[in-house]
Amino acid sequence: MFDMFSNAFSIVLKEIRRNLTRAFLTVLGIIIGVSSVITMVTLGDGTTEAVKSQISSLGSNLLMVQPGAGFGPRSRSAGVPNFTESDVDALLAQVPGIAAAAPVSDTTTSAIYRDNARKGRVTGTKPEWFQINNWTLAEGRLFTEEDLTKGSAVCLIGQTVIDDLFGDEDPIGKKIRVGKASLEVIGTLEEKGQVGMGDQDDTLVVPLTTLRRRLLGQTSAHDIGMISISAEEETDSDWIIENIETLLRERRNLQDNQENDFSVMDTRQIAETLSASTQIMTTLLATVSGVSLLVGGIGIMNIMLVSVTERTREIGIRLAIGATAREVLLQFLVEAITLSSVGGAIGILLAAGLCALLAPIIQVAFHFNTQINLIAFIFSAMVGVVFGFAPARRAASLDPIDALRHE
Amino acid sequence: MKPQNLIHLAGIHKTYGEGDAAFEALRGVDLDINKGEFVAIMGPSGSGKSTLMNLLGCLDRPSAGSYRYEGIKVETLDKIQRALLRRYALGFIFQGFNLLARTSAVENVELPLLYRGIPRRKRRQLAREALDTVGLADKERNTPGELSGGQQQRVAIARAMVTHPSTLFADEPTGNLDSKTTEEIMQTLTRLNQEQGITILMVTHEEDVACFASRQIHVLDGLISHDHPNR
Repeated sequence: MFDMFSNAFSIVLKEIRRNLTRAFLTVLGIIIGVSSVITMVTLGDGTTEAVKSQISSLGSNLLMVQPGAGFGPRSRSAGVPNFTESDVDALLAQVPGIAAAAPVSDTTTSAIYRDNARKGRVTGTKPEWFQINNWTLAEGRLFTEEDLTKGSAVCLIGQTVIDDLFGDEDPIGKKIRVGKASLEVIGTLEEKGQVGMGDQDDTLVVPLTTLRRRLLGQTSAHDIGMISISAEEETDSDWIIENIETLLRERRNLQDNQENDFSVMDTRQIAETLSASTQIMTTLLATVSGVSLLVGGIGIMNIMLVSVTERTREIGIRLAIGATAREVLLQFLVEAITLSSVGGAIGILLAAGLCALLAPIIQVAFHFNTQINLIAFIFSAMVGVVFGFAPARRAASLDPIDALRHE
Repeated sequence: MKPQNLIHLAGIHKTYGEGDAAFEALRGVDLDINKGEFVAIMGPSGSGKSTLMNLLGCLDRPSAGSYRYEGIKVETLDKIQRALLRRYALGFIFQGFNLLARTSAVENVELPLLYRGIPRRKRRQLAREALDTVGLADKERNTPGELSGGQQQRVAIARAMVTHPSTLFADEPTGNLDSKTTEEIMQTLTRLNQEQGITILMVTHEEDVACFASRQIHVLDGLISHDHPNR
C-alpha cells in the first residue's frame, strides 16, 4: 500500500511538473478563494474588536444629555434651548446614583502656534469632565477649580492638536492663540484614537469660564450644549435615565402631551448602535468573500473537468500498459489533494501577509483566526478532491480501448 | 487444446450497440496462436481485425465466446485481473503511438515499469537499455513532440518491450510512417520476435508489412477467411 502511494506521488510530481500551467491555474483558484475569505473575515473581526475597545475607552458608565430629540445625525435640535449650569447642579443634587456631572459648552474657532494654524472645536467644561470621559493626562497638569473660578488662560490639548500645531516640539508651557485669546498649554491628553463618532484626539479643552470670558465674550445662561454624567458603579442606568428625564422635563416646563426636547444616552446604547453597523459590515464582507470562495471552487471544478477530458487518453494509455483503475484514481486523488493543499497553504500565507499589511492601514488589530483558516482550507481541499476525483472516476471505469479512443 | 497454445479463441462474438442498431463486428471467431509466432492480422477496414486484436489484448471484452491466454479463462477475469494480465504479460504498440505528451522518451518507456513496482534506478537502467535496443539511446531526454514519427514509434516499441512481455500487440504500427521508416520498424519487430522469442500479433492492411510475419490471418466480415503461414 505504501508502495502504491509513493508510486502515485512520484507520478503526480511528474504530472504537475509537466503541466505547470494547468497546475498553476488550479492552485490560483484555491489561493484566491482561500486568501480572500480569510482576509475579509480576519479584518472584519479586527474592526469589531477595535470598535468594542474604543467604546470602552469612552468610559463604561458614561451618560450624555443633549438638547433635541434623538442622537447623532438624526437629532432635531434646532430651536431647542440648551441647558444651564443650574440644570447640572440640580441633576447632581436631586438624581441619586450620579457620581459626577460636567457641563460642556463648545465653539469652533482657530488655534495658532507660530506658523501653524488649525480650525477646530474648543470645549469648555469643568475639571470633573476628564475623569467622567476617561481621559488620562499624558504630561503637564489638568486645570483646577481655581483655574475655573479665575477663568485662567490655560488649555489642554489632544494628540491630533499637538500634531497639527507643534509637530515634534514639546507643547507644555507654550502659548497658543485660540480665537481672540492667548492660552498656555498646561497639559496634554493620552491618545484615544478613532471612535465611530470621530477623532477623539481632536480635542482642545479649556475651563468653562475661560471659554465664556475669553473666547465667546458674551454669556447667556443657556449655553450648555451637553452634560456629561458618570453614574455610580452598580446602578441601573435605565433608572437613572428615567430620573434625569423626569427632572429635566420639570425644569424645562414640558407638558404631559409634549415629547422630550432633549435626549439621554448611555454608552451601552452607543455601543449597540455602533456594533449593529459593524455587524452589518462584517456580514456583508463574509457574504462577498463566501462568493469569492465559491467562484474559486467553480474555477477549480472547471479546470479539473476540462483536464480530465483532456486526460482521458492519458488514462487510456495508463490502463493499456497495465495500471489498474484504482491506481489511476489514486493518482488523480493524490494530485487533487496535493494541488489543493499547496493552494490552501499559499492562500493562508497570502492572507496572513495581506492582513498584516492592511490591518495597520485600516487601524485594526490583527488576530490569527484559526477557525476561518481551517474552514477555508478544508473547503478548498474538498472542492479540489471532489471535482478532481469525480470525473477521473468516470474515465477510469471505461474499458481501456474506449478511454484511448476518447477525443 | 495443445499445451503449447498461447492463445485459444472459440466462438468469439463482439456486438456493438443494441436492438436494430446492433452491429456484429465479430461473428464467431476460432483461433489458436502458439508461443513465438509472428502473426499478421489482415483485412479491409471494417472487417473486425482491430476489434479482434483489442479483445486479444484485453483492452476490450467479447460479447460471447471463450478466450484462453496461457490456459487462463480471460472472460472470467475481473477488471483488476485483466489489468494485471496486461501489466505482466502483454505489450502494446498503437498506430497513433499513444505516448504521454511533454514527457521524455525515457520516462515514457519507464511507465510500465512504474506499475510493476520496480525501483527508480533499476527503472531508468531498463528503460535506457530498451531505448538502446531500438536505436534511440541518444534521444532519451527528448519529448514526443521533438521526435519524428518513426522515432516516436520506436519509443512506443521500447515501452512495449521493456517489460519483456510474452505477447506484443501492434495495431497498424507503421500506419502513419513512410516506407523507409516502415522497413526499420518492421526489422526491429522481427528482431524482437526472433532474438527474444516474443510472440507478436500485428494488425495491418499492407501486404509488404504483412510479409515480415511468419503467419497471415485474413479477417473478412467478422470471420477468419484465410489462415496461412508466410512463404
